[in-house]
Amino acid sequence: MRTTLKKAAIGLAAASAVLGLAAAAQAKTQLTMYYPVAVGGPLTKIVDDLIAGFEKQNPDVSVKAIYAGNYDDARVKALAALNSGEPGQLAVLYALDSYELIEQGAIIPFDEFATTPEDKTWLKSFYPALMENGTIQGKTWGIPFQRSTIVMYYNKDAFKEVGLDPEKPPQNWDELTKMSQKLVKKEADGTVSRWGVMVPSTGYPYWMFQAFAMQNGQLLMNNAGNEVYFDTPASVEALTYWRDLGTKYGVMPTGTIEWATLRQAFTEGKTAIMWHTTGNLTAVKDTAKFNFGVAMLPAMKQRGSPTGGGNFYIFKKTSKEEQQAALKLIKYLTQPERTAEWSIKTGYVGTRPDAYETPALKKYAQEFPPAVVARDQLKFASAEFSTYQTGRVRKLLSDAIQAVLTGAKQPKEAMSEAQKQADALLRRYK
Amino acid sequence: MRIGGPVAIRNQVYGWLLLTPAAFLLVAFTHYPAVATLAQSFFTQGTALHPSKFIEFENYRFMFDDPVFWKVFRNNAIYSSITVPTSIAFAILMAIWVNEKLPLRGLVRMAYFTPTILPMIAVANIWLFFYTPEIGLLDQILGRFGFQSPNWLGNTDTVLGCVIVLAIWKDAGFFMIFYLAALQSLPVELEEAARLEGASRWYYFRRVTFPLLMPTTLFVMINSLINSFKLIDHLFILTKGGPDNASSLLLYYIYEVAFSFLDQAYASTLTVVLLALLALLAVGQFTILDKRIHYR
Repeated sequence: MRTTLKKAAIGLAAASAVLGLAAAAQAKTQLTMYYPVAVGGPLTKIVDDLIAGFEKQNPDVSVKAIYAGNYDDARVKALAALNSGEPGQLAVLYALDSYELIEQGAIIPFDEFATTPEDKTWLKSFYPALMENGTIQGKTWGIPFQRSTIVMYYNKDAFKEVGLDPEKPPQNWDELTKMSQKLVKKEADGTVSRWGVMVPSTGYPYWMFQAFAMQNGQLLMNNAGNEVYFDTPASVEALTYWRDLGTKYGVMPTGTIEWATLRQAFTEGKTAIMWHTTGNLTAVKDTAKFNFGVAMLPAMKQRGSPTGGGNFYIFKKTSKEEQQAALKLIKYLTQPERTAEWSIKTGYVGTRPDAYETPALKKYAQEFPPAVVARDQLKFASAEFSTYQTGRVRKLLSDAIQAVLTGAKQPKEAMSEAQKQADALLRRYK
Repeated sequence: MRIGGPVAIRNQVYGWLLLTPAAFLLVAFTHYPAVATLAQSFFTQGTALHPSKFIEFENYRFMFDDPVFWKVFRNNAIYSSITVPTSIAFAILMAIWVNEKLPLRGLVRMAYFTPTILPMIAVANIWLFFYTPEIGLLDQILGRFGFQSPNWLGNTDTVLGCVIVLAIWKDAGFFMIFYLAALQSLPVELEEAARLEGASRWYYFRRVTFPLLMPTTLFVMINSLINSFKLIDHLFILTKGGPDNASSLLLYYIYEVAFSFLDQAYASTLTVVLLALLALLAVGQFTILDKRIHYR
């Protein structure tokens, strides 16, 4: 009898404890965040640690961070979850998805709930180039998080070998051509054992092309996202130069160059120069067996590189409390110290100037100067290619580029066709 | 017992009740999605800015004018018409080879079957490094003989061929298993009789083995044809359909339209066409080929 009573008492106590916990949990604001991983390294672990740090500081908010594959998967999963009524308050998605997410009615601008003076200064604390993709119709729809740009990696040992100054990477297109011609190494039987330069043209050809175009003084789209400039003389000229690196100057293989294997081609010395994302910096540093340098992309009329990577978005179907909690989370994750930590661990750009003033990042930059090249280039950077109907329009551009690089079409012809089709798609957004 | 009697009705109800769980699953996961897809293909994709509206056959008209659709259609036709017969031929060859008494037979059988066990994504990653110029395996081999390897995946002329080779390599081992099983069930007396009559090995294969394997061939052919339309995992790793759609297949294009362009209406249109095509092929195979097959 006594034992039964005792058992009952324990049971009651346990039940009330569980109920109590449940009540406490209910008072908490629950957040679900979707995020992608697009580069190598233990990124999920880093994100989990950051989230744990936030929850410790904010016991009233609990965050479920869901790793959702690459960027495309993450967008599909987040949108599917929202459509089926699953919870989801915020996500890290492509910075270039903003028009699409607005068109889907999925997100709300930060201006609607980030209203205190402190919030407003926070919104202004990021590099302007990184805000461009998320600023549409005068409102802020996305906050930069894992952002990158294109930089030039070059093999210093190869430079020395052919008598070039390893501290002077090419500054403009002309130097790029001439230096690359020197850097090409041919065997006695005529096969090339080292190329001068490689620019990847699978996966994200539009991104690399944006850099060529910007350097030639041409932006490829307007801020309203309803006009593109593919067939202007400057665009065609930029594409012609890219193709000519392979066909005319013979410093780059002809055909397309694979994005995924290029890093290995560089670290094995098969090309002296490569253009690639800053996101690869840590991986190149770990695998290259020679001295390498990182430099800004060369200029033609000016310097230029598009930005890339992911922004924070907050979904429309959220309560006021959830919006505030999500805002708190994003503010926490974008603090200068967190940003510095994130940048060091991943190679992504620090998204705000004061992150580079933190002791941690200052020290890292001193030990490893290439880490700040991307930051210095942000002055010349601009938004990643993005319009309404962005998936289709982007593909038109990418296909045109690949058609030219594989010799199927002439630059003028390919770009005019892409322009015509893009115009037709964007007509109803004017 | 008269039809319609109380017992018959009860039997009918009983029968239907037994069928319900299976029927429910079939309707929910096969029939309803198919009908919904068909319905959606007559509408535009609805978004917050542009709500969905009924447009009859506009999506189909768009499809007929869509150069990318015709390109992937052509690619898929080439892809299927090469992968299916070639992987069947290799499967038969390998099956006959490992059916003989050879040393380390188990090991050889396993080696042929290995590609089947590997996940397609892993396989594609391996082949990506085979094909890559400068650092790839093919380049290393060709380089030894003083050839500069072409840019296999970066060239519109070679890329589809590369994808086809990978698909055959992956499929042939799997089909070999079916042929091996079929070969082992063939009566030994036939071969003995043929040998007594002085028939050559080729004659014996052509007139006896191959006809007897026809039921397996039909099965394998349908499977490999379906595979050639539904297996696209390798494209995600190897080529992403590029360069300039030169290696894109129908299903990959559907995926792109649905999840990159977020245009499910047009993706539905393409899906309807793919379904119709597959149905047509299946019916054709069963009605035409079935008559010519010798079942024991």
